[in-house]
Amino acid sequence: MKWSEFFVTGEPLIYAADVSIVLTAIGIVFVLTYFKKWKWLWNEWLTTVDHKKIGVMYIISAVLMLFRGGVDALLMRAQLTVPNMKFLDSQHYNEIFTTHGTIMIIFMAMPFIIGLMNIVVPLQIGARDVAYPYLNALSFWLFFVGAMLFNIAFVIGGSPDAGWTSYFPLASKEFSPGVGNNYYAVALQISGIGTLMTGINFLVTILKMRAPGMTLMRMPMFTWTILITCVIIIFAFPVFTVALALMTFDRLFDTQFFTMANGGMSMLWANLFWIWGHPEVYIVVLPAFGIFSEVVSTFARKRLFGYKAMVFSIVGIAFLSFLVWVHHFFTMGAGAAVNSFFSITTMAIAIPTGVKIFNWLFTLRKGKIRFTTAMLWSLAFIPNFVIGGVTGVMLAMAAADYQYHNSYFLIAHFHYVLIAGTVFACFAGLHYWYPKMFGHILNERLGKWTFWLFMIGFNICFFPMYFLGLMGMTRRMYTYSAGLGWTPLNVVATVGAALMGIGFIVLCYNIYYSARYGERDMTGDPWDGRTLEWATSSPVAHYNFAIIPEVTDLDAYWVMKKTGKGLEIDEEKLKPIHMPSNSGRPFLISIAFFFAGFGLVFEWYTMAIIATIFIILGLILRSFDDDDGYYISVDEIKRTERLARKGA
Amino acid sequence: MHVEEKLTAETFPASPEKATLEGKNKFIGFWTFLGGETVMFASLFATFLALRDKTANGPTAEELFKMPLVFVATMLLLTSSLTSVYAMYHMKNFDFKKMQLWLGVTVLLGAGFLGLEIFEFNEYVHEGFKFSTSAFSSSFYTLVGTHGAHVTFGLLWILTLMIRNAKRGLNLYNAPKFYVASLYWHFIDVVWVFIFTVVYLMGMVG
Repeated sequence: MKWSEFFVTGEPLIYAADVSIVLTAIGIVFVLTYFKKWKWLWNEWLTTVDHKKIGVMYIISAVLMLFRGGVDALLMRAQLTVPNMKFLDSQHYNEIFTTHGTIMIIFMAMPFIIGLMNIVVPLQIGARDVAYPYLNALSFWLFFVGAMLFNIAFVIGGSPDAGWTSYFPLASKEFSPGVGNNYYAVALQISGIGTLMTGINFLVTILKMRAPGMTLMRMPMFTWTILITCVIIIFAFPVFTVALALMTFDRLFDTQFFTMANGGMSMLWANLFWIWGHPEVYIVVLPAFGIFSEVVSTFARKRLFGYKAMVFSIVGIAFLSFLVWVHHFFTMGAGAAVNSFFSITTMAIAIPTGVKIFNWLFTLRKGKIRFTTAMLWSLAFIPNFVIGGVTGVMLAMAAADYQYHNSYFLIAHFHYVLIAGTVFACFAGLHYWYPKMFGHILNERLGKWTFWLFMIGFNICFFPMYFLGLMGMTRRMYTYSAGLGWTPLNVVATVGAALMGIGFIVLCYNIYYSARYGERDMTGDPWDGRTLEWATSSPVAHYNFAIIPEVTDLDAYWVMKKTGKGLEIDEEKLKPIHMPSNSGRPFLISIAFFFAGFGLVFEWYTMAIIATIFIILGLILRSFDDDDGYYISVDEIKRTERLARKGA
Repeated sequence: MHVEEKLTAETFPASPEKATLEGKNKFIGFWTFLGGETVMFASLFATFLALRDKTANGPTAEELFKMPLVFVATMLLLTSSLTSVYAMYHMKNFDFKKMQLWLGVTVLLGAGFLGLEIFEFNEYVHEGFKFSTSAFSSSFYTLVGTHGAHVTFGLLWILTLMIRNAKRGLNLYNAPKFYVASLYWHFIDVVWVFIFTVVYLMGMVG
């Protein structure tokens, strides 16, 4: 292979990206060296097994990926603003919509949600850590190297270009001969393993590590949604593992799973992909429902309306999510009976979702509503998500779908559910739990600026797309002719996208501004919260709870505040706390995964085999590790707790 | 109970795998993992069933499969599941040496199975049944090969546990580890029962 094939060449945009990547890398190395922070980086972050720090790293990565995916989106909007635009050629456009979709779902939405759940779930259930802290670190690093592997594709070797769904036969070696789709198969596989382990980890954490008295029906709603999400992860992700493995075999070893000749079935890919892919949508949206439930209940100062109905509807949604996958390809000729079945199951999902919408509305009813930034995101979610949901039911009608299928109507629909659902929730959760992560509050004024810019921009960008779809514009077309009459709406959509971009910049500035000038949260409970995470100090002590709280009812911390019981720490009752030791091995194993993956992408099997040996060695060495953790002494707990309470 | 306690045959609990919080977590976490594994194998079985008639002029199941060989391999693997039960029986009775002995027998039987499978695959390839020959061959090697990879991993795992704990003996820290390894081994065995039925028996008669 020549160097000119190894690096992507010939595009000014790519050269600019090369330069910025090199400059950023040099900048990071320089700053770390100049401020002598390498040791700090290694000890505090790269080797940590603390769920709170792992959560923060997830969120930082997710924001970075939001930037990358957002730049992809803006490039696409720039290309589509006016007819016959020459900004991107068709190949480049294919690559960009592929990476935009994949990155936003797998490397932005999922890690943002997983980051929040890492930080919040152990605190909400009154635990000191997750069930398997070491595995948790490994999960994060596998996700991270998977994301990095996927992200370097566009400068090294070439981006995947067959769409985020990568349907066969287009994604086969015959029609996509470059290494791009190898990146897709391998990078998603690596981060998928991490996700599966996270699913198991949090399922066990929630089932086995809850504070005494916290029965299942006393769990905060966010924890409930995470529990169900974990179940979906465990039953959906292995299907994706198989699909990606078969894709890898087809591309690297010339097997015949999805080929046109020798008996392969390309529809098999579509089925396997969506048996994972549809539950995946609920993996990112159920936790969002959980976040909104927490925020709405806190800022309406009321107990969540219809708690049990909420629980049963998430269970119902999770069950139905496995029975709807064919609605992604009604037009591929499965027949009327099959289409009818999947049409009905799809529409049925609107029932439990509707129940949830009404529960939020009734929670708000007669509440003392405070319009904080987190609350604004949650309130905006309801109408916007309903628009996405109603158009979803329109798409679910198989006969009508022949008209909507793969048009901009569909694009508008799924952006309305994924942005108004998941992205709004991520921002709401970020503002809401930010004090728990960093000890200060994100500036509310700037937060509201972000909210209005982003929310209005979002509607200006995506609402016209419903009409573009009905006017016949199909997804993934890289340009169109002037006579079609699509130009005005496309110009409007691009203006909206730019507003969303500005909103994102304000958010990033807010993070910087609040770190410097933000209001410190001395109480640990800045929002007058209801659940146990607000019983801890901000930022949370390493061991979370000096004494594990006793739970007597739903909204445990609210009850503690009302009755005055359990708020003070009795220093006589303190005991040394056992904590797991840091380990660099998850990080190093994941680096080996990166090289194994890189070797597979380029079919450099020696490299892949050597790296695999290192992975196995890492697993075995873990077994020979005698480090069984350490104890935090009572004196140290006393000192930490007194210091944290001085501000209160 | 606590991990650090020194135990004797009298004080060793009846279910050592579930005596500590770590053990309980491992126990339930591993069962969940096996749930995920089940879904993975279900997907591979579905793929195989969809593609098993697509032989694309390559060898078919009837022409290929050597039932006596597969039968011997099956017997080896089923027996190894039984010997791992013996090992767990001795673990519960705090008899470390006998546990190691029976785990050793399990590993030998598993290695025998693996050897026969490699021999079998090698034969098939020589008869022109390669990974890339047809959709049938691709799905056959992937399903059976994934199972073989699980056997390999299980062997490495049990061996590592045996070597790692050879001097340390049994305690409440490693008892759950031995226990979940044996669970894994049973799971591999159950999957093989399905492979034997769906791939080999149905390949010969249906």
